Amino acid sequence: MKNARQFGTLIGLAVLCAILWILTPYFLTVSNLLNVAEQTSINAIVAVGMTFVILSGGIDLSVGSIVALSGVVLGASLKSDQPMLVGVIVASLVGLACGLGNGALVSWGGLPPFIVTLGTMSIARGAALLFTEGRPVSGFDAGFRALATGRAGFIPAPVIVMLLVYLAAHFVLSRTTFGRYVYAIGGNEEATRLSGVAIRFHKTMIYGVSGLMSAVAAIILTARLNSAQPIAGMMYELDAIAATVIGGTSLMGGEGSLGGTLVGALIMGVLRNGLNLLGVSSFLQQIVIGGVIVVAVLLDTILKRRNRSI
Amino acid sequence: MTAATDTPVLEMRGVRKTFPGVVALDGVDLTLHAGDVHMLLGENGAGKSTLMKILSGAYRKDDGDIRIDGRPVAIDSPRDALALGIRIIYQELNLIPHLSVAENIFLGELPSHRLGLVDWRGLYDRASRLMADLGLDAASIDPRTPVGRLGMAQRQMVEIARALRSSDARILVMDEPTSSLTSREVTQLFLLIERLTARGVSIVYITHRLDEVFRIGKRVTVLRDGRHITTRRLSEVDVPELVRLMANRDLSEQFPKVRTARGRELLRVEHVSRGTALSDVSLSVHAGEVVGVAGLVGAGRTELARVIAGADRCEHGRLIVDGRDVRLRAPADAIAHGIGLLPEDRKAEGLVPGLTVARNVALPHGRRLARLGVLPRRCEVALAGPIAEELRVKATATQPVRLLSGGNQQKVVLGKWLAGDVRLFIFDEPTRGIDVGAKVEIYNLMNRLTARGAGILMISSELPELLGMSDRILVMHRGRIQAEFDAADATEERVLTAALGLAPALDRTE
Repeated sequence: MKNARQFGTLIGLAVLCAILWILTPYFLTVSNLLNVAEQTSINAIVAVGMTFVILSGGIDLSVGSIVALSGVVLGASLKSDQPMLVGVIVASLVGLACGLGNGALVSWGGLPPFIVTLGTMSIARGAALLFTEGRPVSGFDAGFRALATGRAGFIPAPVIVMLLVYLAAHFVLSRTTFGRYVYAIGGNEEATRLSGVAIRFHKTMIYGVSGLMSAVAAIILTARLNSAQPIAGMMYELDAIAATVIGGTSLMGGEGSLGGTLVGALIMGVLRNGLNLLGVSSFLQQIVIGGVIVVAVLLDTILKRRNRSI
Repeated sequence: MTAATDTPVLEMRGVRKTFPGVVALDGVDLTLHAGDVHMLLGENGAGKSTLMKILSGAYRKDDGDIRIDGRPVAIDSPRDALALGIRIIYQELNLIPHLSVAENIFLGELPSHRLGLVDWRGLYDRASRLMADLGLDAASIDPRTPVGRLGMAQRQMVEIARALRSSDARILVMDEPTSSLTSREVTQLFLLIERLTARGVSIVYITHRLDEVFRIGKRVTVLRDGRHITTRRLSEVDVPELVRLMANRDLSEQFPKVRTARGRELLRVEHVSRGTALSDVSLSVHAGEVVGVAGLVGAGRTELARVIAGADRCEHGRLIVDGRDVRLRAPADAIAHGIGLLPEDRKAEGLVPGLTVARNVALPHGRRLARLGVLPRRCEVALAGPIAEELRVKATATQPVRLLSGGNQQKVVLGKWLAGDVRLFIFDEPTRGIDVGAKVEIYNLMNRLTARGAGILMISSELPELLGMSDRILVMHRGRIQAEFDAADATEERVLTAALGLAPALDRTE
């Protein structure tokens, strides 16, 4: 059944591509598809962390702000002539720390994830603005920018990073005890606790993963724009949640997969790209994308309901 | 009272229902007479719930007829069933805890003023009248009380009142209504059932408890494997025959207790208190023995289990495991000391429904199975497979436990602890809501565990089970140990007297 669900999302993606191909043949060219993959990569990476969090029964609204904060820290570090590796590590640690902070407040503070991450969303955004006095940090050397502009063969670097992140995250979710606990906590937290699993520790780590993924996305975004902006990453949380739920992960936790999330992110990316190619106004695009999210989840709900009551 | 016996209130004939790969019902008949209490019996998976879901419109039958008062009717949705006067009370009560009794009863048709404001006085009046009409003691259930503050029996009364709020309700289906009631509350419920039947309401009553069948039933229908086995007047059958009809095997030994020599002390609880739930509880469990814990709901039995299992903190007193003082800060600590809990509510506390059988069984053993956090391929199936086989779980290791029957789910929870190094088992209501055959399997497992040198602390609300399977019985009352009996000296009467708080508190100087 789980596989059938993923298959459904995949069919949705294929149908969408077919329609766009008929409407605008340019859509199905290698260069455009690579372009779509590259544009999707940032949302797809943020959505990895979101999938961990939602699978465990939580939600993370702070990812966009963490992208901004990690980004400006990275920018400042690069500007102060630190080696690139130092900047990347520091940015990753900032993202990880924000996530662990979220997790600790959720686990030990016993606060609802919605509230905690809503607070962090504002705090991290404010910190990014304060840190840069509201101004973007721009102009980095080519070596760093290669993280976005480089290619391996014909595949853009961000796509490679995205694929590596998905492979690693998929391994963690499917083959490690940590991954098992993510599903178990989302499926039944009390039963998992009574099985001797350290719930608070693992929940903290889950939000840590989400923060870390935001930092990875921030690194690629900064390289791509050649600029670190304190207002970057606005609404990323909603795109990541959308990709996750379109991909079939239940907002109640416990059910879903990363494969689904990747397809979900691709559906959103393809849709944006296609609508751009068709010259649809960005105002109308928002309406279409919103509609697709609702319809996708509606279909999912109907299918699940039918499966339950045969 | 003479029932109009000519035309039955409800007739279901040749009802058939298949699910992909399974025939759930294969030509089942059920005939319900006016004012009757008709017992519906069968092991889990026999088709009782499916039949009732067809009656309530939740499922559609593939074949067969349903007649009400002799007229053929079509029940295609829950709405049709409601219009025909059919009401169902499910095992899990569907009440909203923060709303008052009256609001819960009339939810969906709250009396209102012209502006749409709720007519509170009218609401409470109607609720009081309805409850008085049903013979419910208005003093014990105030219509203004939030349902969350009521006990399970009172909630059940509220649920029944809701089902009967309109006068056209004629057929009431009750699915294991006593599973979470104490014996005194059961008596209250049965009195209510008598009043209902006197008013002409006909009742279909699903249960696993054979004593109840004879206390209130007039007729009984037995289902097995989706087939109608028999319908009899209860004056014509006895318990062993019913058991044989349900299980198709002679369960001459309902409680196959095997006594084992008592070994060293595994657990000693000394003067443990926690809030108002537990006060100054002391007990010990030895290797090879089953210590039963009796008591009414709310006597502190589950709280005791949770403290020993590390789920709740022990505020005062000492826990001594294998002769050593231990502090249990989390369930993980208890597990590390070889203590495993089979919780009272297996769905809420025992299982992760979306995970497979193997992953549920392996859940407490992740750290042991993994190397550097990575689980070797198929290690969970390798761990769970033999255990599922030993417990005769009727499912494959890769099926989600959500799809299993109650008895099989309970075996999976047991499997979690059999897979590890657990020497002290805490069983909280181990056979609640599971069928006769699976019960005996669990009793046999308890025998095997004690033979291997494990100790078992068994909490149960079923006195025959406690008397049949325990070596010693502790009786709790209001958070204290009220009495202690050797299995040989214990009788239902003595245990119950102590559970009600009537016997003098035990002098425990040891």
